[in-house]
Amino acid sequence: MEVTVNGERRAVDPGTTVGDLVRGLTGAANGVAAALNDEVVPRAGWDTATVAENDRVDVLTAVQGG
Amino acid sequence: MTTATAHDGVRAAATAADPLVIAGRSFASRLITGTGGAPSMRVLEEALQASGTELTTVAMRRVTPGSDGSVWDVLERNGIAPLPNTAGCFTAADAVRTARLGREALGTDWVKLEVVADERTLLPDPVELLDAAERLVDEGFTVLPYTNDDPVLARRLEQVGCAAVMPLAAPIGSGLGIRNPHSLEMIVEQAGVPVIVDAGIGTASEAAQAMELGCDAVLLASAVTRAQDPVLMARAMRDAVTAGRSARLAGRIPVRRHAHASSPPADHP
Repeated sequence: MEVTVNGERRAVDPGTTVGDLVRGLTGAANGVAAALNDEVVPRAGWDTATVAENDRVDVLTAVQGG
Repeated sequence: MTTATAHDGVRAAATAADPLVIAGRSFASRLITGTGGAPSMRVLEEALQASGTELTTVAMRRVTPGSDGSVWDVLERNGIAPLPNTAGCFTAADAVRTARLGREALGTDWVKLEVVADERTLLPDPVELLDAAERLVDEGFTVLPYTNDDPVLARRLEQVGCAAVMPLAAPIGSGLGIRNPHSLEMIVEQAGVPVIVDAGIGTASEAAQAMELGCDAVLLASAVTRAQDPVLMARAMRDAVTAGRSARLAGRIPVRRHAHASSPPADHP
């Protein structure tokens, strides 16, 4: 199935979690947040939040700004 | 040495005993910095150290692979509190979403709320800003809104529960200095929350001027990060904010149209 991760279409296996996708993008333990279809997924829920076809996942971090 | 002790006392009065208090949290430094525009992470870190800041803004952006070694690490190892912003948001809905992500990522419910109207001016959109501020306050955020130098909007932001108001001196990154000192004075006069000048400061005298006008703190980024020597400019800004605050507390002399001799007029030889 396909999902959109940080704006890019990607094929993933059924059962893939938000946690899997976060770890695929960054090794940083701190300063990272994830959203599933624009709703924040708290860190504690990353590994139980499975993604479905056409879901949008965003993984954000703090960068220089402001 | 007696003199040194007295001077130390004055210094203490100007810093530790005169903290900036936002939402019940005290800061010895009245300089809040941004992190955007620095030539490198190393220069940014040195500049932050030289500025003496205790609160620094960061933006929230999508992770790009291999982007480890972040600004977050720099803040953490220097004991500087992060202030996530909502830069790049044009609607209240966008800003609320970004604020929630910042809270989750950085473990703070403080947010520098930015909702701008367009890319060219980066001026705040008052309608979306007020809407976002109200929603975020309801969600328990400590909201520090970047706002126009409009006393009426500043009052409305305070009324919906913002912890401070942060009027611009001039457009973001312009370095134009304080374009409307009178508006800032009016905001200061009526405000029951700290007034922090945010955006438009170009050099140290302008940061001092903001403090002399009665503002409680100054927030700046580009003026330091894009200076030819960011570390030296950071130190200049730290000194300017301290000097401006002291001058405000000291009470300046009235402005006169004519000379007023400072030496005794009589008995000269």
